[in-house]
Amino acid sequence: MDLADKAKLGDALSKSGSGPSWPVEIYRLLKRAGVRQMAYVPDAGHTELINRLLADPDVVSNVLTTEEEGIAIAAGAWLGGQRSVLLMQSSGVGNCINMLSLSIVARFPLLMLVTMRGEWAEFNPWQMPMGRGTEPALEAIGVRVMRADKADDLIETVEAAAALAFEADQQIAVLIGQRLLGKKKW
Amino acid sequence: MEMGELRAKGAGRLPRREVVATLLKSRDDMLLVTGLGSPTYDAHAAGDRDDNYYLWGAMGAAALVGLGLAQAQPTKRVLVITGDGEQLMALGGLATIAVAKPRNLDIVVLDNHHYGETGMQASHTGHGVDLAKIAAACGFAATATLVAMAEVEALAASIAGPAHGPRLFVIKVSADSPPRSMPSRDAVYIKNRFRAHLGLRPN
Repeated sequence: MDLADKAKLGDALSKSGSGPSWPVEIYRLLKRAGVRQMAYVPDAGHTELINRLLADPDVVSNVLTTEEEGIAIAAGAWLGGQRSVLLMQSSGVGNCINMLSLSIVARFPLLMLVTMRGEWAEFNPWQMPMGRGTEPALEAIGVRVMRADKADDLIETVEAAAALAFEADQQIAVLIGQRLLGKKKW
Repeated sequence: MEMGELRAKGAGRLPRREVVATLLKSRDDMLLVTGLGSPTYDAHAAGDRDDNYYLWGAMGAAALVGLGLAQAQPTKRVLVITGDGEQLMALGGLATIAVAKPRNLDIVVLDNHHYGETGMQASHTGHGVDLAKIAAACGFAATATLVAMAEVEALAASIAGPAHGPRLFVIKVSADSPPRSMPSRDAVYIKNRFRAHLGLRPN
């Protein structure tokens, strides 16, 4: 996205006032934490945060074809001196498992924000297996899992996760509970 | 055999160690990321350096580590050297890199048509899959397939020049396994050594 597109998106965002406030608060805390790169596979729960980061002229964003690409990009960003964040839905966590070897064995800081499916008032049974597998799979490979089911708690949790990742070289996934995201409208 | 015929057969017989040594001879301050297996050994054999980041696993990561690095260091050129099997595992990554449009990232695929680390089983490129055409279709700024040492020398002479976007070069190499030349497998050490080269401190 070039700077003109970023400016247009920024204007549109400043005029839209609906929706929960937590995505904006997470955006601000990621900025305070010095995040300069963002990679994502789209998810409805992340829409607002993705758009905020896409519109930011100081953040380089990458749309991914599959989630594990973002693990490798985050490692490269740190090698070059930049902090990054990776956004995905729980269904993408399974795609990441072998690639997480890179973050864990090299102790690359990693901050993943994962919106959950398949756990609270889920409509689509296809989301259930990976919803159930997300936390154990991450823990099995060695990623520390934190989770939040309330908006207030989420902001503090992401702030703590960013400190653990960028200051203590940890690999952290924050799971954003489906209860917090609300029921998907069909 | 004419170069065109060689290309048509995809039957380059270039020695991989010589290809990599030639590419790296005049690299100056280019940053290097290598894919697991032989490309890591080839780069190490050409001379261990602080600005080399060697992968020993995470198959499919090399080009994308290069992307994150290129985005973080836009004033430096980044070179990724990897193998056909490693890049085949991240075909989608070529689309991601093409969309990101870094002007300072080059990917070199040493294509021997085989999985050399695991017993020389034939890879997709040996069955006709063309990584350069895939990268071109994704939107890379330049792509080429090199089958002669003179072409590798010409690439080495020009690679540090400005580019309009990411480039991918397939170099057809012979399917042999030169003696392993192994860098440290301590990924934290290699990471911190690389960052220190850029003036970045460990946490």
